This record gives sequence, C-alpha cells and structure tokens, in this order.
Amino acid sequence: MRERTFAPSRILIYLIVSLIAVAWLAPLAVVVLNSLRTNEEIAQGSMIGWPQHLAWSNYATAWSGFCVAETCAGIRPYMLNSALITIPATILSTLLGAVAGYAVSLWRFRGDNWIYGIVTLGIFLPQQMRLLPWTIVLRDTGLMNTLTGLVVIHTIQGLSFTTLFCRNYYVAIPHELIRAARIDGAGFFRIFWRIILPLSPPILVVTVIWQFTHIWNEFLYGVTFTTGQQQPVTAALIALSAAVADIPQHGVQSAAVIIAALPTLLIYLLGGRYFVRGLTAGAVK
Amino acid sequence: MTIAVSTRPGRPAAFDWVRRLPEYLTIWVPLLLSAAHLIAFTLWTIWISFTPSTLVPVSGWVGLRNYSAVAASRNWQIALDNLLLFGSAFVLLSLVTGLVLAILLDQRIRGENVLRSIFLYPLAVSFVVTGTVWSWLLNPGLGIQKLVHDLGWTSFRFDWLIDRDMAIWTIVIAAIWQSSGFAMALFLAGLRSVDADLIKAAQIDGAGPVRMYRRVILPTLWPITITVIVIQLQFAISTFDLVRALTNGGPGIATQLPALVVYDLMFQRSLLGRGAAAAVLMLLILLAVLLPYAAWRYVQRRRAIHA
Repeated sequence: MRERTFAPSRILIYLIVSLIAVAWLAPLAVVVLNSLRTNEEIAQGSMIGWPQHLAWSNYATAWSGFCVAETCAGIRPYMLNSALITIPATILSTLLGAVAGYAVSLWRFRGDNWIYGIVTLGIFLPQQMRLLPWTIVLRDTGLMNTLTGLVVIHTIQGLSFTTLFCRNYYVAIPHELIRAARIDGAGFFRIFWRIILPLSPPILVVTVIWQFTHIWNEFLYGVTFTTGQQQPVTAALIALSAAVADIPQHGVQSAAVIIAALPTLLIYLLGGRYFVRGLTAGAVK
Repeated sequence: MTIAVSTRPGRPAAFDWVRRLPEYLTIWVPLLLSAAHLIAFTLWTIWISFTPSTLVPVSGWVGLRNYSAVAASRNWQIALDNLLLFGSAFVLLSLVTGLVLAILLDQRIRGENVLRSIFLYPLAVSFVVTGTVWSWLLNPGLGIQKLVHDLGWTSFRFDWLIDRDMAIWTIVIAAIWQSSGFAMALFLAGLRSVDADLIKAAQIDGAGPVRMYRRVILPTLWPITITVIVIQLQFAISTFDLVRALTNGGPGIATQLPALVVYDLMFQRSLLGRGAAAAVLMLLILLAVLLPYAAWRYVQRRRAIHA
C-alpha cells in the first residue's frame, strides 16, 4: 500500500483527491473572479463566471469608495480598525501568556496548578456567557464603542490560549536548567530573558499566528461592542451586505471580501506549518 | 511546587517580599485577571438569568421564570431542533470527510503539502467571509442554480437557501467546507504515529490494504476520533458568525441556532434576563458534551499511568 506505483488504484486516489481539492478551491476562485467582473456583468449572468474584461476598479471602490450607512470611505477605515485591535491584542496576549506559561510550568508557585486549570477553562466557556458582563464593564469604564475596549477583551480572553500553548511548550524544558540558573542567583526575569525567551521562537510564532487569525476573524464582540466607524472589518462586511441589499454590487463586495480575508490568508500561506501546529496544539491538551 | 522564598541569612523577610514585588505582580496579575473574569462573568451571567432584567440589569429574583420563558419560546425550540440536526450532520460528515482525506493523503502521494494546504486554508478565513461567499454560491438566483440554468438545464433546482426545510443544510455544507480540514489534520497526525511494527506484522500476515485499515490502523484512531467529535460539537453549539452571514437565521426563523437566540434576546429584544438564561442553557448543553469527555480523558490518563 505504500510504494509509488501507478496502478489504477493510485490513479483513482489522485482523481478523488484532485476533485475534492477543486471543490475546496472553488469558492475562493469564484470570489476572486467576481472581484474582477463589473456589477452589471454579474447581474446579467451568475456569480460564477469568467471576467470579460478585468474590472480592477472594484478594488479601488471596495478599498475607499463604497458607502455603508452615511459614510463613503470604503473598507479602509474598518481594515485599519481591525489592525489596531488585532496587532496590540496579539502582542500583549502572547507576551503575557509566555510569562504566565513560564511561571506555571518552570517557576512554580503555590496554587499554580489551580490557577492554570481555571485559566484554561476559558478555552471552553462560550462567548455568550461573557457578553453581558463585558457590556457592563465596558460601559462603566467608558470603553464601550472603542478599539481599546476590544483590545482589552481580546488580550484577557486570549490569555487562556496563549498560556496553554506556552506552558505546554515550556514543560519540556529540563527543570535542572532552571535550578542551576537559580543557584547562580538568577531571578525570575533574568531566567525568562536569558533562558526561556531564546528557546521560545517556535512557540511564539505559533501563538502569534493563532492569536492574530482569531482576533482578526472575530465577529461577535466586534458587532456587539462597537458601532459605525469603530467596527472591525468582519462586522463591516455584514453591514455592507445589508447596506447594498437593494442594489447588489457583487463585484465590489467580492473585492471587499478578498481584502478582508487577505491578512489571515497571507499569514496562513507564509506560516502554514505553524498555523497547523496551533490547531493541533489547541486540540490535544 | 513551593514558592521560592529566599532564605539567605541576614536579609529580613519583609525586604525580600518588597524586592520581589515586580515578580509577584507579573505572575499574578495576568493570571488572576483571566481566572477572575472567567469565574466572575460566569456567575454574573447566571445571576442575571434569575433576575427580571430587561433593558438594564436589575436585582430581584424571578426563580426559573426566564428559563421557562426561553424553553417555551418557538425560537428556542427551533434552535434546539436545528442544533440537533446541524450538530449531528456536521460532526458526522466532517469526520468522514476528514478521515477519507487523511487516508488518501497518507498514500505517499505527490504534492501532499499543497493538497493539505488546500484543505486547511478555509480555517484561516473568518466565518463571516465563508458565510458571505456561500450565501452567494447557494443563492438560487445568483449562484450554482443560476449557472446551471444559464447552461441550459432549466429544470435544475438547488434552492435550499430559501427552502425552510432544507436551509439548515446550507449551514452544514459551509461548515463542512470550513472545518473538515481540521479533522483531516488530526487524523493525519494519528495515521503517521501508528506503530510501524504493527503494520509490518499485519503485512507479514498477508493483510491487504482494506483489511489493514479496518483491522489494524483505524482501531488505533478512536481516541483522536473522540477528540475531533468533541471539538466539532463545541464549535456547532456556539455557531454564530457563520449563520449570521449565511442565512441570518432565515428564511423566517428556519435556521435559528442557540447562539442567535441569545444575541436576539440580549441585544435586539432587550430581554437581558432571558438572554442570560439562554446563554446558561447553552453552557449546560456544552457541559453535557465536555464533562463526559473530561471524565473519559481522566480515566485514560489514569490507565496510562498505571499501565
């Protein structure tokens, strides 16, 4: 079963795999092609078709032209919002998670197992259980409808994942290494800086990719806690479909969808290996 | 295990404590923030579910009235029916798709890396994007049906998106497309870690490929299968974005799911008490899946230690 021959059974395997691969790529291909067709062209035929001439203007309109509600600035401000939420929250949650993971796995302190157990429960607790408390907390702190509010939420909630990822990675570091450093008089921060961090790049890449993808793609908090010009791009896409429901602009909408999906797709293309490692690390605890 | 209290002679303990304050703060503040918000927010939502809160949270006690109101509502009943259908169909089909893909990719085929990337890329895209794109493809006047009509086969029908009875299957389709790759990745890792001696022994016994999979390889995958089922169920129970973008619960309320009911009660009808009750019910459904899983994992681990 495991040698490279070209028996009929192997041709069948390639055929099936290729067919499924085509089906998996088809939605992406349809949107890419549509993003290059004019709205009129799509209206005459279907969403599925080859562009007659390349309508690059869809991208310009999607980026900075179309109107949602009363503002006509395209998707650009919402992309900026998403970036201003995702980048700080990713960096903060990864950094804090690395320190916390190091503390619970190698430094050890009274109650470390307990607090670690509770923190990881956050992976399972549905967002719906936190919606009302966050609403009240954001309102009382004046962070409702601000990007800062979403950064705070994603940082605190992200800790459940980042701590888990880093802790599971650091557990494999021999304790003797830490013990020796402590005997030499190195403290908490020095050990982290000199020993842990230099060993960390692989897990930090996994964590950053995971956090970036999840925060960028998040929708529920974005749509609940922000309105209008403060919304992240996922919420803006829904608002756009609603805004153009009467006169659909599928070419422009397709371009907007591509732009919105591009950051995470690029990261996936560049760091796919680490992305998959994050997926399986989250699953096999 | 013990906290590292410096016992160097000549240093008063109080001074030591102050010196190490930055360290304590760095360790405890993030962990406590995370743990405290999880516990406090859960209790807070549970508390709100027992109050008569509507537009704003108020104190008071209404017992289980919010729960009975939610449970009696048509919205919630349809959401539960849908969750049952969507959950089982999606989990089963994505499991089968993922397993088939993993087995096919495990045949030492050329271009495995490219193929794997293709099956996994939907996981990097947001559910809003997936839902929007599939809403176009499945829209009968716009997508696949329209294309087939334009090609001349005008009696072709594929209008599940606007069919009350079939609309929930559009969500199944999109969800399978989005997350079968996840099952594939886990199964593939499992297939790659099957004991080579086991395979060799079976080959010596003259087992063919089908027998090999049925008798030798697949039985080793069942712990992974359970993990995949639990994670996919967890996803199914909290599905929100995908439905919001694909059908928005429609046509009518035909594709309502619990997470949509929660959002609707909390932020569209301003019935905070009932919304909180629906959220707690969601948590209970989730626990019905996760607690047996946790117990199973515990038993597994105990066995591994004693073996």
